[in-house]
Amino acid sequence: MSRIETKLAGLKEDGRAAFIPYVMAGDPDIETTGRIVLELEKSGADIIELGVPFSDPLADGPTIQRAAIRALRQKTNLKEVFALVRKIRESSRVPIILMLYYNLIHKYGEERFAGDSAKAGVDGFIVPDLPPEEGMALADYCRNNGLDLIFLLAPTSDNDRIGLVSKSGGGFIYYVSLTGVTGARESIAAGVEKAVKKIRRMSGRPVCVGFGISTPEQAGQMAKIADGVIVGSAIVGRIEKAASPDDAVREAGRFARELKKGILKAGR
Amino acid sequence: MLPDKSGHFGAYGGRYVPETLMPVLLELEREYNKARKDRAFRRELDYYLANFVGRPTPLFYAARLTKKLGGAKIYLKREDLAHTGAHKINNALAQALLAVRIGKKRVIAETGAGQHGVATATAAALLGLECQVYMGTEDVRRQALNVFRMKLLGAEVIPVDIGSRTLKDAISEALRDWTTNVRTTHYIMGTVFGPHPYPVMVRDFQSVIGKEAYRQILKAEGKLPDLLIACVGGGSNAMGLFFRFLKDNIKMVGVEAGGMGIKSGRHAARFAGGSPGVLQGAKSWLLQDEEGQILETHSVSAGLDYASVGPEHSLYRDNGRIEYTYATDDEALAAFDLLSQTEGIIPALESSHAVAEAVKRAPKMKKNRVIIVNLSGRGDKDVNQVAEMREVRL
Repeated sequence: MSRIETKLAGLKEDGRAAFIPYVMAGDPDIETTGRIVLELEKSGADIIELGVPFSDPLADGPTIQRAAIRALRQKTNLKEVFALVRKIRESSRVPIILMLYYNLIHKYGEERFAGDSAKAGVDGFIVPDLPPEEGMALADYCRNNGLDLIFLLAPTSDNDRIGLVSKSGGGFIYYVSLTGVTGARESIAAGVEKAVKKIRRMSGRPVCVGFGISTPEQAGQMAKIADGVIVGSAIVGRIEKAASPDDAVREAGRFARELKKGILKAGR
Repeated sequence: MLPDKSGHFGAYGGRYVPETLMPVLLELEREYNKARKDRAFRRELDYYLANFVGRPTPLFYAARLTKKLGGAKIYLKREDLAHTGAHKINNALAQALLAVRIGKKRVIAETGAGQHGVATATAAALLGLECQVYMGTEDVRRQALNVFRMKLLGAEVIPVDIGSRTLKDAISEALRDWTTNVRTTHYIMGTVFGPHPYPVMVRDFQSVIGKEAYRQILKAEGKLPDLLIACVGGGSNAMGLFFRFLKDNIKMVGVEAGGMGIKSGRHAARFAGGSPGVLQGAKSWLLQDEEGQILETHSVSAGLDYASVGPEHSLYRDNGRIEYTYATDDEALAAFDLLSQTEGIIPALESSHAVAEAVKRAPKMKKNRVIIVNLSGRGDKDVNQVAEMREVRL
């Protein structure tokens, strides 16, 4: 079992859902991202999702688009992200998932990308524009390097898609809670519970839910039904509004503790 | 037969999209395959192409341009005479009919020069569909006339004010809209790009251009042409003209936007200055930096101002079946003037790139040789912009 799978299995035994916050690497700058990640871990994050900025993030809403623009202005690239993960590994074993668009991997070279990721201490990837059909070669490189390539399912996915994703990749299945792009929403879409139960039953694998989850209450709601709760834009939005890098670290930690409380209160 | 089952043209194409869109793309592929084989659908499409679009468009012998250049005979495939003023209507109308068939009541589109947006708005008005068009704010500025035309046709134009504020960003926003409203909406992509089945579907809908030209040139010259020339943004007018001729041994040239020159970095010549990568659903040649970030592009013509190119073009570039070159802004503008003054046809700035290539090649060819240039659109939409560039106040 990979580090991600071990973590999720352990939490399941304790009757808890994983708290998986997302932040964009290089926003506001790469050094601060390192501090934010450690602060998130201290504040109860079970797994960290680390975005790598791309110029054309077509699955992302305005909040994460703006974060990518800020990170690209800082010249954030994969090499820097790998260096950041190596640095985090000096003091932390928290599982780290990179979320990035496929062209960055394609340009880097799939095999070299998987190798360098493993060396740096990355645990897995979420590639929002890479369905299993196009991801088989990368999935093999990931397997050879002990990395999890995490595929996604959505409210539009039918049984054929659930079947395909169930036998593809590793780690967990990322269930997109709504039809749309990333970003905070007023309420959780209906039907998530039913979908998560069905996917878990069909795949026998852990299912984590993301997209649109932005408050401790919503996180708690999701924790009742999923194996993990992913919160991105709501955290990134707070980092955006922070007055200084120190403030960004503080705000991210404070909000993470609130989300964690919501998740713990929910129980399973 | 290309593409393969999963939409690949050799190493290119495919379906690089969020999972939310995968089911609808698979559905679209199924529905398109059914419609393609359905006589009733083809009859309906043919009816509208003849009576609404005004097809077949003429193949016009440009006698004065030929004489002036002093070489090969130049024929113009007059897509500028199609209803709404460009070839875009062939595809927009066909996809709108498909949307009705699938039961979608809303269509969305991206647009660069505004021609595809106008064509989609037109087809939507004709068929009673709700229509929203995404357009970069830079293009909204350059193509004010087309923006107003879309509004007159009852469509809503949504300005996209992110990134380079041109076609690429309009496509991203349209894809985001589709991801959100996938259950009610059909995305009418305007070119042979994006995830499968768009590259093959749009090619098929545009191939009427080449089918007509094939018959028309045989009738006019009693033989097939020696050279085909078309401009290449996404590449739908080029693929539309070329496709019927692919199996014949005929030379073809696709002309990209050279902007201010390749060395300047301000251009949209993917094959001259790019490398293979993945953008907006397809693997193809694109303009990117060494880390895979998409580069900003430049062209005097909004319709060619795009960082990537249809995946089928990438295959033909690699195997040499089609030659790709570019024309600079200045060359296109000179061709714009030349065609206006020698033939009484004001070409779109996009099509002017193809004319510019004919200007380079015709004089070097024998007088009994024949060139077909795809005149993909008319230049009315560009008149304001050209006047502004020449500091003429209208």
